[in-house]
This record gives sequence, structure tokens and C-alpha cells, in this order.
Amino acid sequence: MTEVLLEQHVLEYPGGYTRSTGPVVGRFLTGLRDGRFEGIRGSDGTVIVPPTEYDPYTAAALSEFVQVGPAGVVTAWTWVAEPRVGKQPLDRPFAWALIKLDGADTAMLHAVAVDSPDAMSVGLRVQPRWRAERIGSIRDIEAFVPEGSEPLVVPSPEPDAEPVTGIVTPTRLNYEINAGIAPSKYLRGLAEGKVIGQRAVDSDQVYVPPRGSDPTSGEPTEIEVEVADVGTVTTFCVVNVPGLSELAPEIPYVCAQILLDGANTAWFGLIQGLPADEVRMGLRVKAVWADELIPNAASIKWFEPSGEPDTPYESYREYA
Amino acid sequence: MSPALRDVAVVGFAQNLADHDRERNEVEFIIPVVRDAIAQSGIPRHDIGFTVSGSCDYLSGGPFTFVQGLDAVGAWPPIKESHVEMDAAWALYEAWVSIQVGDVDSALIYGFGKSSLGDVHEIFNLMNDPYSVMPLWPSTVDLAALQACAAIAAGVTSERELAEVASRSHTAALANPHAIAGRDASADVLLAEPVTHVPLRDADIAPITDGAAAIVLAAGDLARKASSRPAWIRGIEHRIEPLALGVRDLTRSESTRLAAEAAGVADGPVEVAELHTQFSHEEPILRAALGLAPDVPVNPSGGPLGANPIMATGLIRIGEVATRITAGDVSRGVAHATQGPCLQQNLVCVLEGEQV
Repeated sequence: MTEVLLEQHVLEYPGGYTRSTGPVVGRFLTGLRDGRFEGIRGSDGTVIVPPTEYDPYTAAALSEFVQVGPAGVVTAWTWVAEPRVGKQPLDRPFAWALIKLDGADTAMLHAVAVDSPDAMSVGLRVQPRWRAERIGSIRDIEAFVPEGSEPLVVPSPEPDAEPVTGIVTPTRLNYEINAGIAPSKYLRGLAEGKVIGQRAVDSDQVYVPPRGSDPTSGEPTEIEVEVADVGTVTTFCVVNVPGLSELAPEIPYVCAQILLDGANTAWFGLIQGLPADEVRMGLRVKAVWADELIPNAASIKWFEPSGEPDTPYESYREYA
Repeated sequence: MSPALRDVAVVGFAQNLADHDRERNEVEFIIPVVRDAIAQSGIPRHDIGFTVSGSCDYLSGGPFTFVQGLDAVGAWPPIKESHVEMDAAWALYEAWVSIQVGDVDSALIYGFGKSSLGDVHEIFNLMNDPYSVMPLWPSTVDLAALQACAAIAAGVTSERELAEVASRSHTAALANPHAIAGRDASADVLLAEPVTHVPLRDADIAPITDGAAAIVLAAGDLARKASSRPAWIRGIEHRIEPLALGVRDLTRSESTRLAAEAAGVADGPVEVAELHTQFSHEEPILRAALGLAPDVPVNPSGGPLGANPIMATGLIRIGEVATRITAGDVSRGVAHATQGPCLQQNLVCVLEGEQV
């Protein structure tokens, strides 16, 4: 069996995900920045912290803010022996806790900075440790600590500071993507200068790139077929927007659907080697391979005219 | 349930865990379950009225990756199709509704996920409240451990009971060829193992599993033709609780209780229950919410502690109960599926082997 290809993949929103807070969450986050905890009174009179805009049970709009804390009591906890450094609040082992602040009726999640799980218990009294730099974020609290274990320093609000109206949430997830069996064979083929597809079991259709299935029937495909690196332009687009392709820095350039000889699915590629206004349906083109072949679609840089006569429309109309 | 409802039954079920064959991609491991479930139903693939899947794009980190799953089902000529970004048990609910309103008489449901590609316990932090919880990056296991702590503190369960649940589940998983985490270990042995996420041990936490499952539903005479003993859905309901953890009573599952009431769990004897318990402590919470008697067998398949192909695990619970009904082992059973942190959203499905 072909060894499958693995690739590192990062899912990230550069600069972070931006959200507006709305008036209620904004007031809560403004409070954290300014050194106070504010909850909101729910329909049944209980104080909800963090505050919600609407009552979680009656959906009534809520508006009566109530200052709570800053100290509170642990209602549940667990221990993080291996923190996710750079993401979780502390980079050394710590406790998570649900903390019911004094005056609140609901608990909120935060970290508790203690040296060992032995220091934690349900009922433990804790107090916040604010960060020196505060921006209006749940992370303006570095962590909670056992009450009285250090001086409680409550920050004062900066005069004239604007209320918090938005947050930015950095998000980064790491993956090791597994290409699967059929795509791995195709990608390894590219590294050898070959284009490898798969033939359907119950028809003569050849799919490139192969996915391991015949998408029309859902049946598996297992017969590898090498197709040509020469084909016919079935349709194309002249791009006049700069900066979209590293391989085509000059505009206009052309991207096209190319039906490789021997394949029944069109391939997406760039067309170079002739002026954009001379690219046409039926044009015969040949792949230009990269100097260094790798198991990646980038092994084919683009396509150029092969010099053969154009293909008659009737022979590829099904693909145009 | 209203007497006007159509009779709808599970007439095909297949599951496939790619952990036995990690080389396959999603399409490659969906194909066999879809083929098997359809073959069991005997309904020609292109006669199936509706296709609906459940998956999560964040598992593989690519937008709209769920669309690729369609390559495994045969979508030409174009089919009537839908998708939920939920466990496929909710896809089954959508299919059941579609059959109830009379749009179609049969449906293919599949769920799939490759949890091994990223840090799956971290990925689901993106479901949490974006202002007060998500920026702290608690993992799924961290939040479950907080719930377990709360449940033990409230006297709802105990560390010993967690070990007993884990021991029974892992032992049952040994007899399930689809399970990956079977082991023969007593509760005492498990209690001697290290606590990794206070109060949970590794044995209390479902294994990271890649895989897929598929079910075929059919209505009325089509179901009777498809199966000698269809597993009829007699009630199905799902309910959700607030996202804010502190607002909920984590020691009980009110959404499960309400869903169970609406699905009619108490209207007859429960001979088997398959529960979507990704952590040991969820079993006593769910048992109480479902009103199950102490002698009701829970997760004879080993349950999610034996294998947990996220986005298919809940659907598999329905399939496991249906399989036992179709085999004639039981006449009535309950399946449960969940989604969201600390059992936020719950689906309950009652299946029976005989027409009422």
C-alpha cells in the first residue's frame, strides 16, 4: 500500500477574529479593564455573571447591572498538568475553576494559580489577580489566587477611557493533514513528472485528480491510469485583478479548464506563452513542469501552447 | 407523539473505524459504510429520496470540506441533499422530519470525522462563548472534568462509580469489533491508575477515533419490505440548554429529561440504552435524566468510551439500538446523542421492534 502523504496545516485568522460586544458584554469587559466585575439581574432576580443580554430561560431583555466580587468561591475545579502554552492563561500547571463571585448566583470559568492540585477544593475562597496591562478582555484577569495569599490589588479606571465595544480573538489551530490513499498516489506521481488518475469501475470515466471514488456512483475507484500532460482548453477566464497568483505576476493572465488527453475531468491551470487575447477554447496546451518536482500540484507551473491544431468543439463540448 | 405520524424505521446501519486503517481519507472511509447501509436496506441507491450528513469542518481545518463527503454517495444525477454541522444523529432527525412531512419515503444519513488530524479537544473550544470562555482555551476534557467535579461534589456520582462505568464500557468494547479501546480492567484496577484530569482518569475519557457511520431510514411498507424486523422510531426529540456554563446546573441534564419526556421513553420498558457518553460521569447524569432503572443495560457496545468517531458517535448509538432490535435481541430501546460542552444539547430516540 502506498504510504500516505502528510502535510502540516495551520488554520489561522490573521490579526484575530473581530467581534463587537454589544452593550451588556461591552460593559462587563469595560469593568474588567477598569478593575470591577459587573453582573446582570435575571428575570428571577438572580445575578448572572458574566452578564447576558437576555435571560437564558425567559429571553427577557436584561438591563439591571449589579457589581459583584471581586472575591468568590470555587464551585468546581480541575487540574491542568500540561498547559497549552500561548493559549491558556498560565504557562505552568494550574487549575481551572468555576468561580461564584460574591453577590453572584452563577459561576464563571477562570484559571486559579496554585502550585499543586492539593491546594484546590470545592469551597475554596479565591480573589482575582489583575494584569497590569488591561484591554477589556476576560484575560485582563491573569488568574485567581487563594484569598489572602497575596495582597488584593484592585486597579483604578483610567480617566476618560472609552467603553469597550469590540474584542479581537486570535485563533490558530494546527493540523497534520492526511491526503488519503488515492490522492497520495496522484501527488507522488506529480513528483515523478506523471499525472495519475483513477478509472471508474463501471464506466470508462477517468478522474484527475482522483479522490478514491467515482463521484457519480459513489463506488470506489482503485485502477490507476496515467494521463497525458497535454490537453485542450475547454473554457478560460482572463484575470485583470493583480496579486492573485505568484506564478502570474503580470496582468492580464489566463486561467483555464484543461481536459488532459485520457482524462474525463478538466484540470484547472494557468496559460502562459501567448497573449491573453489569443487564448481560446479548443487551444491545445502542454504542461510546463517545475525545475524541482515535488508531491504537490505546484509541480506543474502552467500550460503553454503545444503547437498542435485546435481541437474541434464537438469533441469536448461535454466538458465546456 | 401524535398518532398522525408516519411509521419510520432504521433498515440499514454500518460503521467503520478508520483507526484500523489510518491511511484512508474521509471519502475513502465513508464509501464502505454508505455501500453497506444501502445494501442492507435493499433500496436501490438512486431510489433513496434524501441524503443528509453530519460533520464538522474544523476537524480537518478546511472550509466546506463536508462537501467532499458527497463524492462517497453518488450524487449524479443530482440528489436531494443536506448537511448539518452537528453529530449525524441530528442529520437523522432532519431526515425523519423530511419523511414525516411526506417529501420522501427513504433517506440515507451519514456522519464522519477524522479527529486525529488536529487537537480535537482544543478545536471544540471554538464552540464556547466567544467573550468569556473561548479566549481562555479550555479543552473539551477540561470542561468535562469540571462537570465531573461538580457532579461528585453534589453526590450525583462518585469516583468509584466512574471507574465502574469505565470498566464495564471497556470490557464490553472488547466484544465489539468496531471498538478500539477495549480492555479487561476492573474498577479497582482503574482506580489505581493516575488521575489525569481531576477527577477523571484516561479510562474515563473517550479515545480519539477516526471513522464514519451510515443509516438508511424508510417509511411504512417500504421499511417492511426492506427489513424482516425494522427498528421503528417511536419517538425522537432534541433540546438545548444555555451556552453559559455557570447558568446551567451541570450536575443534571434538564434538556435530556425534556427530550426523553417528549420522545416517550417512559411509555414502555427500556431493554437497552446506548448513550453518547464521551466521559464516564455523563452516564449517571444521563441515566437520571432519562429515568432509566438501575438494571437497564447501558452501552453494551462499549459506547463512546470504546470508540468515539466524533460527528458519527451519536448516530452510532441509534444504529446500535436498531441492530439489537432487528436481530430480535430486544424489543424496545433508547438511543441518546449529545453535542456541545458538558452535554449542552441532547437528542433522545426511542426505537421499537414491533408495530404498536
